[in-house]
Amino acid sequence: MDLISEEKLNGMTSMEKVRLILDEVRNGKILILEKGLTPSEQTKLIELTMAEIAPDDFSGIEIESYPVKQNDNFLNKLLGKTTIKTRLTVIGPASQLKTIKKDRDLISALVSP
Amino acid sequence: MGIIKKLGLKFSWLKKLFKKKKAKIGIYGPPNAGKTTLANRIVRDWTGDAMGSVSHIPHETRRARRREDVTITSNGSSVTLDIIDTPGIATKIDFHDFMAFGLPEDESKRRAKEATEGVMESVKWLEDLDGVILVMDATEDPYTQVNVVIIGNFEARKLPILIAANKIDLPNSSPARIHSAFPQHPLVPISALEGKNIDLLYKEIAEHFG
Repeated sequence: MDLISEEKLNGMTSMEKVRLILDEVRNGKILILEKGLTPSEQTKLIELTMAEIAPDDFSGIEIESYPVKQNDNFLNKLLGKTTIKTRLTVIGPASQLKTIKKDRDLISALVSP
Repeated sequence: MGIIKKLGLKFSWLKKLFKKKKAKIGIYGPPNAGKTTLANRIVRDWTGDAMGSVSHIPHETRRARRREDVTITSNGSSVTLDIIDTPGIATKIDFHDFMAFGLPEDESKRRAKEATEGVMESVKWLEDLDGVILVMDATEDPYTQVNVVIIGNFEARKLPILIAANKIDLPNSSPARIHSAFPQHPLVPISALEGKNIDLLYKEIAEHFG
């Protein structure tokens, strides 16, 4: 299991993040991202995952994160813009990571060898 | 106050002038939430046609289908939409899951391959829509990653989301659970299969996307 820091993620482009995640997960690793992915990065990850699914080899990923938060502080409100605050995310091979229960602030998952 | 009211009227006139004549609305959700059942009901009620076939086996819809110029009228409001019925979004597709429904191995592998293409198609459509009807199975846990991703995408682009809490005809359904998970978006509890609350959904569609 690897825990990837917010600092490391901030220094990467969206495509670099998605590629790193898929490569590691395909090697059987479970990743915990301190900062998580933006909604568009998550859809990119889903898209690339689908392209790599192959019978008896790779059946996809399990990904769990808390719902994103709107970062609507005073300055953003004044400027009329909303930024998104992503939250901790767990990603692993679908064959090894199973979500048991999830709600707004809790993710219960089962990891199998 | 009078000036503000006048300005308000002026803005609403401008808004109408520049408003899109019709919006592209995607019907999204996880597999087996009842998207095509709902799409069939909407299109049948307002045009007399159907969108696609439905099945209890997940990923029955593996190609996005678009129905143009569906005019929905409710409570004096009217809206003309292009309705896009999309394949269910998933993060994993295992052909063994289809075999568990009794499909032969070859067919299961073919279905799995087509399902992965369908998910990619759904994701591509996200960029080209003006709003979404997110269909959730009200008997299931609403905090699925698929729901979180779809809502996150539309919120980030400030596009309207209407949640259809489907399958309220089933005894263990709980639209309240969905509402408490995503209270920031309007929700209509429906049974797409039986047509329960469907008029209420049309009212929300006309108001929300009009």
